[in-house]
Order: sequence, then structure tokens, then C-alpha cells
Amino acid sequence: MSSATTPPDSDPTGRRQVHSMLKLYYGMNEEGKVESLDPCDINGPHFDPEVYLNKLRKECSLGELMDHESCTVKQIRSLDSDMQTLVYENYNKFISATDTIRKMKNDFKKMEDEMDCLSANMAAITEFSAHISGTLQDQHAQITKLSGVHTLLRKLQFLFELPARLNKCLELQAYAQAVSAHRRARCVLQQYSHMPSFRGIQDDCHVIMEQLAQQLRQKFRDGGSSAKDLSECVELLLQLDEPAEELCDKFLSHAQSRLEADLQGLEAELIDSLVTDTDILEFIDRGCNEFVSNLCLVIASYQELFINHPQEGELLHVFVDTLAARYFSLVERRIQEEKGVGDNSLLVRALDRFHRRLQAISKLLPGSAVPSQGTEIVVRAARERIKQYLSALQTFYHDSLTDVRQALAAPRGATSKDATPSLPELLTSLSNFILNQLKSVLASVHLFTAKDITFSNKPYFKGEFCSQGVREGLVVSFIKFICQSSRQYCESAGDRGGSTPPALLLLLSRLCLDYETSTISYILTLTDEQFLVQHHTPVTPVTALCAEAREAAQKLLNHYVKVQGLIISQMLRKSVETRDWVNTIEPRNVRAVMKRVVEDTTSIDVQVGLLYEEGVRKAHSSDSSKRTFSVYSSSRQQIRYAPSYTPSAPMDTSLLSNIHKLFSERIDIFSPVEFNKVSVLTGIIKISLKTFLECVRLRTFGRYGLQQIQVDCHYLQMYLWRFVSDENLVHFLLDEIVGSAAHRCLDPSPMEQSVIEVICERG
Amino acid sequence: MERCFPFQTSVTVYKAYTRVESDANTIARALTAQTAETDAIRFLVGTQSLKFDNQITNEPKRLSSENRVLTCAAVWRMPPEWESGSHESPDDSSNNPQTLELLCHLDNTAHGSVACVLWEPLGDGKRVISLAENHVLLWDLQESSTKATISSTATLEGKGQLKFTAGKWSPHHNSTQLVTANDTAIRGWDLRSMSQIYCIENAHGQLVRDLDFNPNKQYYLASCGDDCKVKFWDVRHINEPVKCLEEHSHWVWSVRYNHSHDQLLLTGSSDSRVILSNMVSISSEPFGHLVDDDDLSDNEENQQEDKGKEPLQDSIIATYEEHEDSVYAVEWSAADPWLFASLSYDGRLVINRVPRALKYRILL
Repeated sequence: MSSATTPPDSDPTGRRQVHSMLKLYYGMNEEGKVESLDPCDINGPHFDPEVYLNKLRKECSLGELMDHESCTVKQIRSLDSDMQTLVYENYNKFISATDTIRKMKNDFKKMEDEMDCLSANMAAITEFSAHISGTLQDQHAQITKLSGVHTLLRKLQFLFELPARLNKCLELQAYAQAVSAHRRARCVLQQYSHMPSFRGIQDDCHVIMEQLAQQLRQKFRDGGSSAKDLSECVELLLQLDEPAEELCDKFLSHAQSRLEADLQGLEAELIDSLVTDTDILEFIDRGCNEFVSNLCLVIASYQELFINHPQEGELLHVFVDTLAARYFSLVERRIQEEKGVGDNSLLVRALDRFHRRLQAISKLLPGSAVPSQGTEIVVRAARERIKQYLSALQTFYHDSLTDVRQALAAPRGATSKDATPSLPELLTSLSNFILNQLKSVLASVHLFTAKDITFSNKPYFKGEFCSQGVREGLVVSFIKFICQSSRQYCESAGDRGGSTPPALLLLLSRLCLDYETSTISYILTLTDEQFLVQHHTPVTPVTALCAEAREAAQKLLNHYVKVQGLIISQMLRKSVETRDWVNTIEPRNVRAVMKRVVEDTTSIDVQVGLLYEEGVRKAHSSDSSKRTFSVYSSSRQQIRYAPSYTPSAPMDTSLLSNIHKLFSERIDIFSPVEFNKVSVLTGIIKISLKTFLECVRLRTFGRYGLQQIQVDCHYLQMYLWRFVSDENLVHFLLDEIVGSAAHRCLDPSPMEQSVIEVICERG
Repeated sequence: MERCFPFQTSVTVYKAYTRVESDANTIARALTAQTAETDAIRFLVGTQSLKFDNQITNEPKRLSSENRVLTCAAVWRMPPEWESGSHESPDDSSNNPQTLELLCHLDNTAHGSVACVLWEPLGDGKRVISLAENHVLLWDLQESSTKATISSTATLEGKGQLKFTAGKWSPHHNSTQLVTANDTAIRGWDLRSMSQIYCIENAHGQLVRDLDFNPNKQYYLASCGDDCKVKFWDVRHINEPVKCLEEHSHWVWSVRYNHSHDQLLLTGSSDSRVILSNMVSISSEPFGHLVDDDDLSDNEENQQEDKGKEPLQDSIIATYEEHEDSVYAVEWSAADPWLFASLSYDGRLVINRVPRALKYRILL
């Protein structure tokens, strides 16, 4: 009836509608579907034919009604045929199900019969089995017993054969076999020793084993065998219940004797090496390969053997320590022989190997002090090395100074000027030599801290070695040494009469000054960079070193001034003291010594000019060389001063000279000089002229004597003013000289200024 | 710098800052204290001039006159009226020139010019030593001192020209020792045998200018010279000086120990300075500190005082710069141990006192 309402063209959906209708029929209401309450819906549950019909009649025309009627008839027909097919199908299925059930019933009946038969058979089997086991019970017990007897007999046989077997082992020296056999039998024999036959066997075994132990001990005692044999021996003896302490002692004493042989070999080589000059690396190699490796072997086997005897560990430590101490003393002796500073890498490599090999011991014997002692040796060697380098540097410095000294001493007369190096060249070559040497030493020392060296990461080599050792011990000490030795030049030469050539003093002074300005900071920076110095401990600051260098430079330059001043002073003094000034002839020339003084001063000027800068001087007056002495100078002055040397007017000179002194500054004769040429020359000239003055005051002059002094002073005036910073200084001192000479003159009649000038210009 | 002195004693002290003005162009080189006088403070100044009679001002009873230029030496007698110790005003230079009575000449023309003349430090003043060129001459004065005869001589032998520059008669050992200086060497002589007993070669880098004996320590000797240094020697160990001062900037011409407090040392130099130093460490005074009994009585005060006293180390006490020319001689007063005089080339005589603070510190 539903198909009547479906439109004829909706075939694909028709089947679904059938299904849903079936569902509806069986009460499986589809949820969510709103059932239509429309009574006109032909498929709905509330369909009312009357209403539907009325509706059709009202709404449709006759043609439509006709169509509708035929359509409805068609639908009814198809529904009927559908219904019919369904009924047939269901009927067929029902018949086939009935057939199947009937067939199953027959099959089950057959199976039941077979099961009955099976259970009967099983019962029969059970019965048989019980019967058989009942009959076999007796024989089984007997077999078990027999097999027990058999094993016992075999054991007994082993026991009875034991002595013979042991003997045979003894003959073949198969000690290990013998011991293991005996060990197997020992307990049994012990247990049944109350039975005479076993007793016999036990005794026999005892004797044999005794013999065996004897032989083992013998072998052990001989010591000729290798370490491996020895340890085997000990192992066997231990199994034979020998007392462990005694074995320890013996084992160690044997090991000791062998190690001592190694040590003696080393010692012999040590003595040999002094003669044959084998290098330290070979020596250390031999020490490592023989002694250290044997020691390691001993330690290893000892620990393996006596692992159950912890108290014996002490013994081992003592043993290792004593031997290591001897070994170390040998190594140290050898290191001390290593004095040549040429190649440091060999020593470092040797030390490295030495140190590396000792690490093995620390692994084997964790608590041992040996490796740390070894490190200490390395540290000591490094320290020693630094000291050696320092002294080598010092020797080098002395040598190069000697060279410089020779170069300075050789030149003037023998060879022409271009053949010998000049002062600046000497200075640069000297400072370059020193710097290069220092650098190469630093490079050598640097090997100690190289990455691939095992001990370089020890705290000592990371910290103290770099800062205290290299920086302080080597570099700073060396710089201090340079300053120190420079100062010594000043002190020793002062008392012993100037054995040092003045040029050397000048050179050293410049060297020290250069150090102060640049070299020291350069060297220290270089060191700090190379060694990555971390200053845990306070170190000498650069400024302190610079101050020291400057002080040394100052001292040297002062001393140079003193020495040069002294040389000129001596000339002047001799010339004044040895002459008879009362009875001298009228001056015709400048005395030769004055020319000499000027010459020397000029050459000093050149010498100093090579190394030091010019320096500042006060402005010269335009006629510096022409200036005349106040006392005798212009005619106007002459009128005024000339009478001062007659008794009639004695007050004038002293008054004037005092007034003059009042306004001039006090002159410090031996005062420190500055680092420039003018200051140096001023110092030298001051010293010379002051000496001249003092000497003149001690002499008595005749008329011509005074005039000679006048001439000399004018000559000095002409040439010396250009060297000094303040020409008034020269004027003042020369005035004083002439004035003093006039005081000491029996007949003070001074020479005409013009005459003096003529003489000086001629001379 | 004390230029005027408070007169603490009844003795008149001459103007502290005086010039030997008897003649304007006087050049003075010699200075000595009147050793026989214990009441008055008197210094004798020897002048050095060619034209005029050399004068010795403020004369004592006896003195050794020294003249470097003339080749003779003489013994003079003080004017008798001075012996009374009358007080002279320093300004009365007009009535000053009282002549000395010449007693005798030390006739040594055979031996060359005299470098210095020394009285016997102890005893009755009958013996005089003169150093001439390279000879040591020991003179005996006759009863009235009118005649002097050479009793013994010694000669310094060696290569080169040897000339004595200075000498000193040791006040120790019963006046049997003499020390002389020539060039850079210091020599000791035994007057009994007139032979050399020790020689310090190269005592100074350059010429040795003066010597003095420590008055209280018989083996100690001070020397000075052209190397600007003052050195102290123990003549038993002559290899090294005991101490060395280097304060002057030119030659040191004179060195004198204070007669009673031998830590006080006076030096004069041609850098125109006079330096008074306090050499505690090598004096006869106990070095460090001694606590006296009365010091203990009032503790607290003294402890503070002790702290003040502690830094009594070797040091320079004062540098006197009144002179404007080379200072050739310095001398302590014989009468007042805290007074000293110095003489410079231009004839200026400066008398100074030891600073009072130091004086009290030494005394208390």
C-alpha cells in the first residue's frame, strides 16, 4: 500500500521504503522521523480513506480522478505480487531447516557409541602399567647401589694411584697438576686418616708433597726464573698452605734483588754517561724500560697473589718506596749532570717520559707517594733548569759586555774608523743580542708547559712555574741583574781608579734607559703572553723594574760624568801643580794642556752625542766666544778693578765678588745629570773647572804666571761655552779662577785683554 | 740657623757670623781652637797672603802656626796680656792686632815645604811633628821653647812624587802613633821606631784631605777626601771602611770629631757647606738606648720620651750654608763642646751651635 503513494519515477528509493516499512511493522521505529499526522498520507498510520476520497473528489477533475484510480489499481496489483513472492521464499527456507536438524540427530547417536569403547580401553592400560612397575621395583634399588659403589671405587682407585701420580708429576715437573691433584684428595684423606690404609696413602702424599714444596721453594729461592715463573711458584706454594707472610717477604726480597740489579745497571750507566756522553733521554728510557716496568710487574703480581692478605699492602708500600727512592736518587743525579743549556727539549722529553711511566704505578698502587715524588723531582728539575738558564743568561751578558769592551778598546789606534762599529751600533747589537738570547731561553723554558707534556697540567706548572719561576725567577731576576751589575760598575770603578772604559759606562747607561722606556715592558708582556701567567702571588710590577733601571741609568751616567771629569781634572791638576808659577816666562801661547782639555771635551761631546739627545740650553749671547772676564774685560771695568790688586783699595774685589756670588746660584759640582748631552757636558766641565780653581788657590803666582792663567782661561772660555747649558756657569768659574790666581799673585799686573785675545786666536 | 747666641755662660762669645776683617783681601785657610784655654771660647785663624804679614787672630798661649805657602813653620807665644782672659769685643778690630812673640822657627829648609804641624796631644807640649814633602819630622822644644831640634825623622819611600797632604797625632797609645795621608793612601806610624805600622791603600778614590781620630775610641779614624766622601776606619781592619758618608757635592777638606761627644762629626767642603752629622752607630756612646735609673722613676713620661729618642740614628743634623766660598777648615771649640767654627776661603768665620734639641737629647 505504501508503493501506491510513491511516485512512479522513484524506483531506486522504492527498496528502502520497503525496508523501512518492514521495520515499522516489526516495531523498530526509526528515531527522529516525524510521523505525519496527515490523514491524507496514504502511507501514514493515520490514513483515513474517507477524508482522502473526499479530498480527491473535491480537488480533482474527472480526468485526474480517472488517472489516479488507474494508478492506484496498478500499485495495488504490484503489492499483491510482492506479498506472494515473500510468502513462497519463507516457506522454502523453513523446509530446508527441518531437513538439517533431522540429519544432526542421526550423527550424534553414532558418536556416543565410540566414546564408550574408548573408556574401556583406557582402563585396561592402567591395569597393565601398575603391574609392570610392581615387578621392576627391586631391580632398580640394586642398580642405584651398584653405580654408587662404582664411583666410590673409582675415587679409591684415584687415591691409591695418587702417590704414583704425584711422583710422576714431580718427575715431569708438572707442579701445577700435582698440586691440583693433591688438593682434590687432601680432604678425603684427612677425613679417613684413622684408617690405616688411608693413613699410608696420606703419609706417602705428604712426603711427596713435602718434596714438591721443597723443590718449589728451591726453585723460588734460586731466583733465576722469570717473574712469571716466580709468581706461579708463589701461587702454588700458597695453595700448599705455606705461610703468606713468609712468602711475601721472600717474594719481595727476590723482587728486590732483581730490581736492585736493574738499579745497579742504571748506576753503571750513570757513571758511564759521564764518560761516553749518552744523553739523558736514553738513560731515562732505560730506567723506565727496565726498572719501572719490572716494578710494575712485581706490584701487579704481588697484588694478584696476596690479594687476601690486606695487611701485606703496607709491606708493598714500604718496598716500593725504598726502591723508588733509590731510583729517584739516581735520576736526580743524572738530571744534575745535565748542565748544558743548549737543548732543553731532550730534558723535557726525558722528564715527560719519566713522569708518564710513573703514572702506571699510581694506577697499580693508588695510595702510593711515588708518583707525587716523581712530580716533585720534575718540579725540582724545572726549578734547577730556570736557575741554570738565569746563570747562563748572566754569563752571556758578561761575555757580551766583554766583547763590547774589547770592541771599545781595540779601535782608535789600530784600525781605521769604519772598521770598528760605532757606539750606537754596539748598543743596538748588544741589546739585540740580549733580547734574542732572552727570547730563545723563554722558548726553551716554554717547552715545560707544552700541551703534550704530561706534567704540564700539574698545578705547579700551570701557576707557580709561570709566575714565580719564569717571570720572577728568570726574567725579572735577569733584568735586576743587569741593573745590579751596572751599578757595580759604578761602585767598583770609583774606588779602584776607573778600570771601566767611560764609553762602556755611557753605553750601559743608555742601555738601562732604553730598558726603562720600552724593553722591560716589552719583555714582560711577551713573557706574560707566552706563559699565560696568572698572578696568584704578588709579582714585581713593571713600574718597579723600570724605576730600578732608571736609577741604574742615572747612576751610570753620573758616574760617567765623574770619571770623565776626573780625567780632565787630573790633567789640569798636574799642569797646575807641577809648574813653577813664580818663575815662569811671559805667556806666548795657550798651554798645550788647555788645548788637550778642549780636544777631550770635544771628543766627549761627540761620544755622548752618539747616544744621547742634545738637550736644552739657555740662549747664548750673540758674542759668547768673545766674552771677556769681568775682572779684566772692558777698559771701563779695568779702571775700576785694576786697583783692587793693589793694597790701596783692598775692599773692592772681595765686595764685588761677594755681590756677584750673592746673585749667582750656588753650584753643585757633583750633582746628578739629566739624560741629555748638554747636561752631561755641563757636569764634566763643572768638575774640571772647579778642580782647576782649587788647585790654583794652592799655588803662588808670579806676574807671568797670572798672565798665563788669564790666557788659559780665555782660551777655555772661547771653546767651552758651547758645550754647556748655561754659559754663565763657565764664566763664573773662570772668573773665580782668574780672581783666585790674582789673589795669590806676588805682582798682580794683568795682561791686556787685546793681547790675550791675539794669543788665544793664534793658538 | 743660629746666628746670634744667647749667652748662657759668663764667657763672651764672638759674633757668630764674623769675617776676619783685619784685611779686606785676607784669604784664610787655617783654623784651630785654643786647646789650652778652658774658660774662654777662642779660635785661631791662620791667613794666607803673600804681601802682608800673615796674621793669627784671637791667639791663645801657644799655637801651631801653619802656612802652606811659606816653607817654614814657627812657634809663637801668645801676648801675655791675653792670658788673663780679658773680654774683647768683636768689633774692636782696631786695637786687635797684637803681635805674637816669635819663639822659634822650625828650620826644615832641607826637607821642603811643610804640609802641617802637629802638637803633641798630651803631655807638656814639648814635642812637635811637622810633615814636609815626604818627611815626618819630630821636633823637641827646648825649655823656653826658643829652640827646636829635630829628634827623629822618617821618610816615605815609593815611586813617583810622594807628598804628605795631612796628618794627625793620635791622642791614644800614650801619643806614640801618628797617621798621615798622601795621595789616596792613609798610613799609620809608630813614633818610637819611626816606622810605618799600617797602610790603607786607596782609602779614597782620590786625594785624602784630612784625618781625625775618634777621641774616645782608640782604633777609630775618620778621613775625608776629593771623592766627596767621609770614611770611618777601624785601623785593625783596614780592608773596608766601617762606614762611608757621601753628603757633600765637592771635595771634603776637613773632618773633626767633637772632643767629648764623638757621635758629633763636623765636615767642611769646597761646595761651601758645613755638615754636622750624628754618627751614633760608631760612636763610643751606647748605641740604642740606655735606661737610666732616674728614668725609671717616672715611667709614663719617659716612655713617650723614649719613643722620641728612638730615631737617634746615624743622620745629618744640619747643613750650614752661610759660606759663599769653599770651606777649608772646621773646628770644635775647646771650651764649649757645643760650639764650632768654620772658615771659608773668603775669610768668613762662622760660629755655630749644635741645635739645642739635639744637645738635650744627648745629655739627657
